[in-house]
Amino acid sequence: MKSVILKAAADFLLPLLLLFSVFLLLRGHYLPGGGFVGGLVASIAFILHAFAGGLKRRKKYFPFHPGFLMPAGLLLSLLSGLLPMFLGDAFMTGMWYPELVPAIGMLGTALFFDLGVYLVVIGVSLTIIFTIVEAA
Amino acid sequence: MQFALKLDGLSRLFALLITGIGTLVYAYSAYYLAGHPAQNRFYGFITLFMGAMLGLVLSDDLMLLFICWELTSISSFFLIAINHHEDTARQSAISALTITGLGGLALLGAVVLLYQLTGSLAISGLADVLPYQLESQYLHVAFVLLLLAAFTKSAQFPFHFWLPGAMAAPTPISTYLHSATMVKAGVYLLLRLSPALGSLPWWQPVLMGFGGFTMTYGAFHALFRTDMKAVLAYTTVAALGLLVFLTGLGTHQALQAALVFVLVHALYKAALFLLTGGVDHAVHTRNLLRLGGLYKSLPFLAIAGGLAALLNGGFPPTLGFLGKDLMYEAVLHTEALHPIWLILLVSVKVMLLYAGLQVGVRPFIGPARDDRDVTPVSAWIWGPPLLLGLLGLLFGLVPSLIQPLLGQAMLSVGLSQAATLKLWHGFNVVLAWSLATLVLGLLTYTLWKLHASRGEWLMKWEVMAPKRLFMQFGNMIDVSAKNFTSFFQHGYLRYYVMTVVSVFAAGLLFRMWQEVELNFDFEPVLALTFYETGALMLLLAGLAFAVFSQSRLAAVVALGVMGLAICLVFVFYGAPDLAITQFTIDTLTVILFVLVLYKLPRYIRVSSPLVVARDGVLALFFGSMVALLALFVLKVPPQKDIAAFYAAQSYVAAKGKNIVNVILVDFRGMDTMVEITVLSIAAIGVYGLLKLRLKANERRNRA
Repeated sequence: MKSVILKAAADFLLPLLLLFSVFLLLRGHYLPGGGFVGGLVASIAFILHAFAGGLKRRKKYFPFHPGFLMPAGLLLSLLSGLLPMFLGDAFMTGMWYPELVPAIGMLGTALFFDLGVYLVVIGVSLTIIFTIVEAA
Repeated sequence: MQFALKLDGLSRLFALLITGIGTLVYAYSAYYLAGHPAQNRFYGFITLFMGAMLGLVLSDDLMLLFICWELTSISSFFLIAINHHEDTARQSAISALTITGLGGLALLGAVVLLYQLTGSLAISGLADVLPYQLESQYLHVAFVLLLLAAFTKSAQFPFHFWLPGAMAAPTPISTYLHSATMVKAGVYLLLRLSPALGSLPWWQPVLMGFGGFTMTYGAFHALFRTDMKAVLAYTTVAALGLLVFLTGLGTHQALQAALVFVLVHALYKAALFLLTGGVDHAVHTRNLLRLGGLYKSLPFLAIAGGLAALLNGGFPPTLGFLGKDLMYEAVLHTEALHPIWLILLVSVKVMLLYAGLQVGVRPFIGPARDDRDVTPVSAWIWGPPLLLGLLGLLFGLVPSLIQPLLGQAMLSVGLSQAATLKLWHGFNVVLAWSLATLVLGLLTYTLWKLHASRGEWLMKWEVMAPKRLFMQFGNMIDVSAKNFTSFFQHGYLRYYVMTVVSVFAAGLLFRMWQEVELNFDFEPVLALTFYETGALMLLLAGLAFAVFSQSRLAAVVALGVMGLAICLVFVFYGAPDLAITQFTIDTLTVILFVLVLYKLPRYIRVSSPLVVARDGVLALFFGSMVALLALFVLKVPPQKDIAAFYAAQSYVAAKGKNIVNVILVDFRGMDTMVEITVLSIAAIGVYGLLKLRLKANERRNRA
């Protein structure tokens, strides 16, 4: 697909879509959204960008293989679950920072858990799609 | 389970044998295996083995005993296969592991049953409980399993064949594992449990029957062998049979005879094995037909061999003489015993005596058969067998040295103190039989001439031997496993999918057939609004297009349209979370399809109409089953309290207002955790599969 318009648009769409995905992630606790959907939107953003400009450009904004997002996300989710255990609570007990944080709202372990899901979903979809594209 | 160890008399006897002979084998191997590529490995495994064996005889916990039992099987597998480049070594190791592993499983079953029966795993407590539960059927099953374990480990007929096979291992390993220690584990188990299970009505007949047959079988086979190690292997089978026989007889004298024989056998058998290794080392053959006149070049080994042969034959004044007398006494003094047992025992002892002379004496006397060079052997080689032979002589002359050891052992098999061991009992029937044995044995030795042809005659019977039957059974398993695998794992994705789908649908059909009344209330389902009807039309149009389209790409796009129509339905029914997830997933699915389609050849109809019809029927069947299931779900009254709980607790407990998301990240966070793990595994799978193929392509291109 060699379309100058799409390529140019994709350059602008990528940050916008990524911002949107973070927005979905953050609002998930109160309104429709969440880590899973956010991750999917972010993956679609990257895929659109890669399709518009060719895979080679991927290396520019992804210095590492997207597969590495999977262990990072899994680790983050696991740690968010383990954190309460260090303070004497059961695994995955929700813990919340008492004050509101600007631009994020309530900050708690559930948010980090969701962030882990977000990263894993990006890692999984990009790994699968990019692998298939490379195999073509 | 507890790591409970207990050192009583029986354990001490066996532990001393294990550590004592073990020490000699360690020293011997330092010289014998010097330069062997696997010498380090050998020491590692034999130390593991020794630890396991010690744990086995010291443990007071059935589960611990089982673990050690398995460890001895595993470590002996590695030891037999230490020359793993040889085909025979590998085969022998596998057959030994199969047989003893079978016994290990049986032992595990017995341990579980005994635990069920007594509620405790302590071995020392069994004798207090089990004799009062003889009516329990569990006990009889446990007994059979225990016998299976003991008989496989101690090479009783028909499981004996792994032991001669295990002689493929280097001599020190055969010495340690297959004469003195591991094979005694079964006997140890029987002795250990004889106070607890000895009162079972068929303890005596079964043990005596199997033991009696095995000892005769082994001793008879030893007559025909020309390889020194093969002779020793079959006499070991015979000796183990003898021990099982005596344990089964179970009288005071019989058990004492068994305990003495455990010691005697360990001494002479280890000595004979070690000297076999020495002879092999010196002249590089173990063939009795080619050996003779070695006493000049190997004087110390000749002395050791003579002592061991005397000990084995039960000549006075060695400990073997005492042991033999005890056996005869035990059999003669059991009144109900048929005289045939005495005849059998005497003939076995005669054959064993002959075999001992064959290995211990024949290579050293007579004219030198071979004029090859004799490599002198060091004291590390002749020292250990000589020491063992001398010990046998010493214990015979001064039996009070081992009296306390035996007395303690007798106590721990539930009997009173041992009768005092004496070399001289006066003139009586026992002495007469004993002397007769010696004379007959010496006569056999002079009259029975060894020929290679005799062994060939015996080989004709191998067709019926258990070894062959086991091998055929093993091959049968291999073949049927291969057929089974190639039937189900055919490698065609379409048939895998068909199998999964049809089994699932058939299962649903079966379940619904059983209990579902198919009178659905279609009223709420069909009460569609204008918008919903529109979405439905869109769905149906996409479906029709996907089915009848002539282009793959168009079909994929049609599928995408259907996905979006479903999104709309979600929106209408108030599930925005589901809708946006479905929307993004659908987008990704279409992208994936397009990517895959890109690699496929152009759209052509490859399927015949019949295949299309079959696929259509299957798809309709599956789809209607899932639809029925969905309708059925509607009939089940919803669990209002769960929904109410989540709605009430969502903000209070988890500080979230989006219940769906709170369930995902908090209430059912564990599920999500596992789900993202599964997703990662799937991605790694895709990556691995495709990258592997890329590499294979690259390799082909390079070649």
